[in-house]
Amino acid sequence: MTGKSLRFICPNGHLGFAPSKRESFEIGAKTRPDFYCCDSGSSDIGPGPLGGDYSASPYEWQKHDLEMLLVAARNQGAPMIIGSAGDTGTKSRVDLYVQTIKDLAKKHNLAPFKLAYFYSDVPKDYLKNKINRGETIAGLDGRKNLTLEELEQTDRIVAVAGIHPYIKALEMEADVIIGGRSSDIAIFAAPAIKAGFPESLSYYMGKTLECASFCAEPYGAKESVIGEITAEDVKVTAMSPYQRCTVASVAGHAMYERSNPYFEYVAGGMIDMTNCNYEQYAEKTCRITGPVFVPVKGKVKVKLEGSGKVGERFVGIAGVRDPYTIKHIDKVLDWARDQVKERFGEKGYELYYNVYGKNGVMGEMEPLKESSCHELCIVCQGVAPTKEMAEEITMTGTRQIFYARLPEVKGTAGTAAFSFDEVLPASAAFKWTINHTVSVDDPMELFDVHLIEVKEGKS
Amino acid sequence: MKTIKLTDLAKTIRSKNAGTDKITFDIIFREKANYELVKNSGLLNKENIASLYGISEDRLSDFVEFDPAYAIKFTIYRKEPSGSPGDADIFGSQQYSPLLDIEIPVND
Repeated sequence: MTGKSLRFICPNGHLGFAPSKRESFEIGAKTRPDFYCCDSGSSDIGPGPLGGDYSASPYEWQKHDLEMLLVAARNQGAPMIIGSAGDTGTKSRVDLYVQTIKDLAKKHNLAPFKLAYFYSDVPKDYLKNKINRGETIAGLDGRKNLTLEELEQTDRIVAVAGIHPYIKALEMEADVIIGGRSSDIAIFAAPAIKAGFPESLSYYMGKTLECASFCAEPYGAKESVIGEITAEDVKVTAMSPYQRCTVASVAGHAMYERSNPYFEYVAGGMIDMTNCNYEQYAEKTCRITGPVFVPVKGKVKVKLEGSGKVGERFVGIAGVRDPYTIKHIDKVLDWARDQVKERFGEKGYELYYNVYGKNGVMGEMEPLKESSCHELCIVCQGVAPTKEMAEEITMTGTRQIFYARLPEVKGTAGTAAFSFDEVLPASAAFKWTINHTVSVDDPMELFDVHLIEVKEGKS
Repeated sequence: MKTIKLTDLAKTIRSKNAGTDKITFDIIFREKANYELVKNSGLLNKENIASLYGISEDRLSDFVEFDPAYAIKFTIYRKEPSGSPGDADIFGSQQYSPLLDIEIPVND
């Protein structure tokens, strides 16, 4: 081991999604952490950004956090690691972040430094060849193994990197690393494992730090936390003046966004947190011991994410106030659906209604079956191969709510209220087509690490 | 027997995506006593949760009583992946409300 401990600062659980808070970051940066790490990815934002290859957040927010981290890390001379660039971690997002780092180096007149980056994009042919050779692309979360048909419906695929490309980049002595799609744990675990700390504690530390202040209390997002790893334990400390890392907050975070609080899977193995012990080490610090890392038996499995376009999409909004119409809203929507069917047939498009005030949020899982609301808001989505068709379907599906034929309705001059008599173009509709794993001989076969020298500053 | 609503016993009741195909629910207690009360009531189990949400039991992938955090956690499979057209809750963050009103029996 190169030293007795390493310290990592994390200012944000999803760089770019909302700006990091400066105060707690600056408090943390003053303590001169060994690494500045932040993940920028998420699948929470839905399949659109990956499928359509765009970010889910404004560029200014991404730049804000990259600037905050880069200036602090370069002034101190500590490495900075960003995972899953631009939400999706696709090539275009990695390139965007690499260019942003170059621009910021120039703006701040930074001394030359080494910048490593890698892509996570997976060509469809790579998987097609594997399937044709009889290899299994195994489904996750109850999905069946990937078929050629599902692959055909996919527009873009990324592989979720583990520690491997980050360790490679650190071996190349990178000062700044911009990663393609990655496990958010890996950006913390890689430097710790490379320095010789136990895999179990290294991965656990990543798991705890990846959402920044979500492991602290009281609740408050986008505040910095610092994790420290030794050969024996992990300690995590809240930097914000109003937050603490407690046994409850850190243990509670082990559950967050995971279907099971005991097990976490990464490329190369599984972290078993069943026997984790949590103790209050200092007022703002929780100490954790006891995680176990179980390396994968056989080939390394790398997770894949894929998104495919369903169609162009328009959205319409209608309001209903008449109590008789509200009571029979299902019949009203059946009428509107039938009008779409009359024009476009049964297939070749999709039509959806979310009925707010009834079961708009929970749909079929809503236990309250009868609406007690005096008004409803109906959001109609039409999805079709072309924009023109999607617009017409959505217009029909929305406007026909106005013309619904109910036997005893009093208001025969229109059964819906419109705040505007038009339908709105929305982003294209996508669907998560791939949530699978691929087995690889070498975890690096999916990731190619590049190194450049950024000299635009003082040189 | 007297009952108390789950919302009055728990510190946190939340739901959120666990990946693209599942929604996970966390019920977290501040006090060990409240956690034990709810856990020992046996009312939070796969069968009752499936019935509350009107789904079949095989839609639940996990059900865990997590002692270190005084928490009960369960996870359901989505019918369609998050963010598919028509999905009204792409983060899965507003699916917990039916849990708030579960009545937990308490000794007088």
